[in-house]
Amino acid sequence: MKERNSYFTTAMAEGLAEVMREDERVVVLGEDVAISVIGGTRGLIDEFGPERIVNTPISEATFVGACIGAAAAGLRPVVDMMIGSFFYVAMDQLANQAAKLRYMSGGQVELPIVYFTGTGPSGSAAAQHSENPHPMIMNVAGLKVVMPSTPYDAKGLMISAVRANDPIVYFQDAVLGGTRGPVPEGAYEVPIGVGDVKRTGRDVTIAAIGATVPIALRAAAALEGEGVSAEVIDPRTLVPMDFDLILDSVAKTGRLVVCDSARLTCSAASEIAATVSERGFDLLKSAPLRVAWEDVPIPFSPVLEKRVLVNDDRVLAAVRRTLEGAEVKA
Amino acid sequence: MAEDVKVNAPTASEQLDMLRLMFRIRRFEERLIELHRAGRLPGFVHLYIGEEAIAVGVCSALRPDDRITSTHRGHGHLIAKGAEVHRMMAELFGKVDGCCRGKGGSMHIMDFSLGILGTNGIVGGGIPIATGAAFADKHQGSDKVTVAFFGDGASNQGVFFEAMNLASIWRLPVIFLCENNGYTEWTPTEQLTAGKIADRGEAMGVPGEQIDGNDVMVVREAAARAVARARIGEGPTLIECRTYRHHGHNQGEEAFTGNYREEEEIARWRANDPLQKLMERLVTAGSATEHEMGAMDLEEQTRVGEAVDFAEASPYPDPEEALMHLFADDLNVVRT
Repeated sequence: MKERNSYFTTAMAEGLAEVMREDERVVVLGEDVAISVIGGTRGLIDEFGPERIVNTPISEATFVGACIGAAAAGLRPVVDMMIGSFFYVAMDQLANQAAKLRYMSGGQVELPIVYFTGTGPSGSAAAQHSENPHPMIMNVAGLKVVMPSTPYDAKGLMISAVRANDPIVYFQDAVLGGTRGPVPEGAYEVPIGVGDVKRTGRDVTIAAIGATVPIALRAAAALEGEGVSAEVIDPRTLVPMDFDLILDSVAKTGRLVVCDSARLTCSAASEIAATVSERGFDLLKSAPLRVAWEDVPIPFSPVLEKRVLVNDDRVLAAVRRTLEGAEVKA
Repeated sequence: MAEDVKVNAPTASEQLDMLRLMFRIRRFEERLIELHRAGRLPGFVHLYIGEEAIAVGVCSALRPDDRITSTHRGHGHLIAKGAEVHRMMAELFGKVDGCCRGKGGSMHIMDFSLGILGTNGIVGGGIPIATGAAFADKHQGSDKVTVAFFGDGASNQGVFFEAMNLASIWRLPVIFLCENNGYTEWTPTEQLTAGKIADRGEAMGVPGEQIDGNDVMVVREAAARAVARARIGEGPTLIECRTYRHHGHNQGEEAFTGNYREEEEIARWRANDPLQKLMERLVTAGSATEHEMGAMDLEEQTRVGEAVDFAEASPYPDPEEALMHLFADDLNVVRT
């Protein structure tokens, strides 16, 4: 398949277009999806028209819920939430309805819905436009959660998510939207529930999520100069989480740092660190460490925002701590 | 309202079918009172007694392939839409032969095969879902209609207004069917609700009317007009049915609520009983005798009794079923 460099959001839109071509039941709804400020649906209106690229009023709870009924009535709705913080407006319909109807009905119904969104800090967007709600959505039960970190994964996971038969929340970390990477033409899947080794190494495992993946990769490159070989793993899917891939890596390295673009408390990083501790305690040579946001809302001023978020230095510091006392081969 | 839309009045035979369903709901609910008092039913029970004319009147105007969303007080809607009482009863007992294999209970009974997209434990929770089903039907060129049943309390939820707006701009085949039983849980609705609920769609171009929810023929007629409008693409309608719940918000409430309703009020509404009203009409019209209706009532009591037997005989689900039915592929976690 031909491959070229694409932007992250362009890759998402390409993935959507692929499944829209193959399945006319796929309909995209959301605020300003015809124009698409963030870019995940940009250009789709030209090919698919306003019947399938449907602008909604700013009524998050209602269009998030409407997709449940639409799915039960035979469509495969895809919702662009635009900004991850806006999920909070729709939490009843997401957490009480979309996540629970199949389970409460004893498995009577399949609800193929994708809720995708730009999410997380994008640079002084401040507290109400910078949330990353994936940890609390992971805790809901009944929603699958994906969070790609490369344009390749973004397209493949979009295609897999829209083809799947469950409600899936798809997070596109905002700072990754303008990144570029190789993306094949045509349709391909990145399987849901399967993580990816983004860099192989032998001394320490860095499991990283969303926007922290490129940070972890930079840290790993810097560590190489110090003679430390770091393996970087991107789970890509947070529910269901590919714990085995992380455990396999920890079995090799014996050390774990988990990076998350979310607040530390009950983060995905917390879940990974806890699970590895439970299931892989004997594999560990040092305590797993988490690197995540400070437990505060995201502040506005650039200097304040920077203080809260994950950065290269914090990841490097965590890796060095896990290696204290270890003999590292240069 | 679109008074110009003509609808057929139900035949005598159809009226008798409606009466039968009203008996079924009434007797089903009465058995729940006993079963709840005896501690046989886990969880909450919200009774529909007194409101039967609404569910039956509305659903009698629907086709089998039309859809509904229901509420926490949903047993009547389910029965009127064709749900089998023995599977409902088994669900209320938490048994494996229940509609939802014991996972839903009273407030979450669903039967998607009958177009029942869920009762709902969240007040107003079904309104967006109904609106979305109507969107899908319209999008797919179907003439199906969806009814969102909700209570007066839900009329103060934001999604009610949002959904009416959405349904209006997209002219969706959805009917917003408010059952105003006068109480928002334990507080008189008039203390909590500005204006008339039926008027709340007007600003958004959703025609509305307030009707007598205790007269099944009135309900049927209004619903049939709204359904006809929806089917021909004229969009949503709001109907507010005035009614009264003979019993409390939920069974067992007296332990904490005390008497919050006047005896006179309860007596007045009980005298305005929807079943009595229909029976009198049928007798007056010569469509049925007291004896025939009594026999029908007994048949429905028997049916409900058999439902209880069925529920009692049904086993509980295997506890491991608690871990099933979350996802379509039934995988909670991969590669564990």
